[in-house]
Amino acid sequence: MSNIKILLNGIIRENPIFVLLLGMCPTLGTTSSAINGMGMGLATTFVLSCTNMVISALKNLIPNAVRIPCYVVIIATFVTPLQMCMEAFLPSLYQSLGLFIPLIVVNCIVLGRAEAFAGKNGVIPSGFDGLGIGLGFTLALTLLGAIRELLGTGKIFGLSCMPEEYGSLIFVLAPGAFIALGFLIAIINKIRKV
Amino acid sequence: MKKLQSTLPNMLLSLMFTCVASGVILAGVNKYTAGPIALSKAEALEKAIREVTPEFDNDPLGEAYKGVSFDGDSLLIYPAVKDGQTVGVAVDSYTKNGFSGEIKIIVGFDTGGTLINYSVLQHAETPGLGSKMDVWFRTDKNRQSVIGRSLAAGYLSVTKDGGDVDAITASTITSRAFLNAINRAYSAYKGTGADATTGATTKEGGNNE
Repeated sequence: MSNIKILLNGIIRENPIFVLLLGMCPTLGTTSSAINGMGMGLATTFVLSCTNMVISALKNLIPNAVRIPCYVVIIATFVTPLQMCMEAFLPSLYQSLGLFIPLIVVNCIVLGRAEAFAGKNGVIPSGFDGLGIGLGFTLALTLLGAIRELLGTGKIFGLSCMPEEYGSLIFVLAPGAFIALGFLIAIINKIRKV
Repeated sequence: MKKLQSTLPNMLLSLMFTCVASGVILAGVNKYTAGPIALSKAEALEKAIREVTPEFDNDPLGEAYKGVSFDGDSLLIYPAVKDGQTVGVAVDSYTKNGFSGEIKIIVGFDTGGTLINYSVLQHAETPGLGSKMDVWFRTDKNRQSVIGRSLAAGYLSVTKDGGDVDAITASTITSRAFLNAINRAYSAYKGTGADATTGATTKEGGNNE
């Protein structure tokens, strides 16, 4: 399988949200607006690509029986410095996303890809896999965030599209996340079958 | 290279190596970013103080002192001094009465006890309801706004509790908590602590107990 194919595979055929249904907690929790979803997605993409490559490079040095704790430590070692650097140099971004960054450590997509792909493949394909899955995640989160923001507050990326009074608060809150995600998955399943 | 077998020494070594490497990286990054993080936090705090007090030319962060609020808590007070004259204070206040967790605010008073401005530093209230407090209490509509009110006459409370501040629609609990934080800030500033003579005033506030 070529690297481009691996990349596209992550974005479309094995989209972590719409197809694999992985990482639902950050998906539902962080997509109250399009920009939050995108920020969370991009941060995850960065961590996922890095950890995939590192784990793939180290896979022969890690005995099978202790691979999960090793993976978790490696992932945490990427997430924590990312959080610290963000807090130090991009305080305004940190203010809106800071809460979600530690969540990446326990995001099952990152651990899932380490286990399912990076542990069995070479460094370069693993990097592409991380990038592809990460971009698929970002795409899904941004889409879901934009829909919830539009229906909830009448805005997309903070730009007004319709009067705020027409928005329904439920879409900003957790129940709206479930409803919007359910409909999105249904629509995408329909398209995939055609 | 062949994959390492899961023998005890192998497992111990690889786990130990991973943890040590991770520890070294974390310590390094922490050392490198601790300065900038502290700096950006201090900057954010000073910006918040500048927002809620009259113009000053001293260093409020360096001259901060502690005041005791009516419920016996000590809050940080940042004095704003201009040309050697105290023009107001910013009080770092919080309340635990919020709908979901702590609400942290910074409130500015002038020397007469008039509320100049406030800034919500941190909260976890319901989005779209309680989270409106950031703009609600500064909107000049009906009796919503708390800006320019004097607390010297008595503590603030919502209309439902017999006060004269309109609560956020559908978020009375958040509104009560928010006003509680402001009242606490004022009492800490004026030093009308729990043991002071103004015990009656505290009761008038209604929601303070």
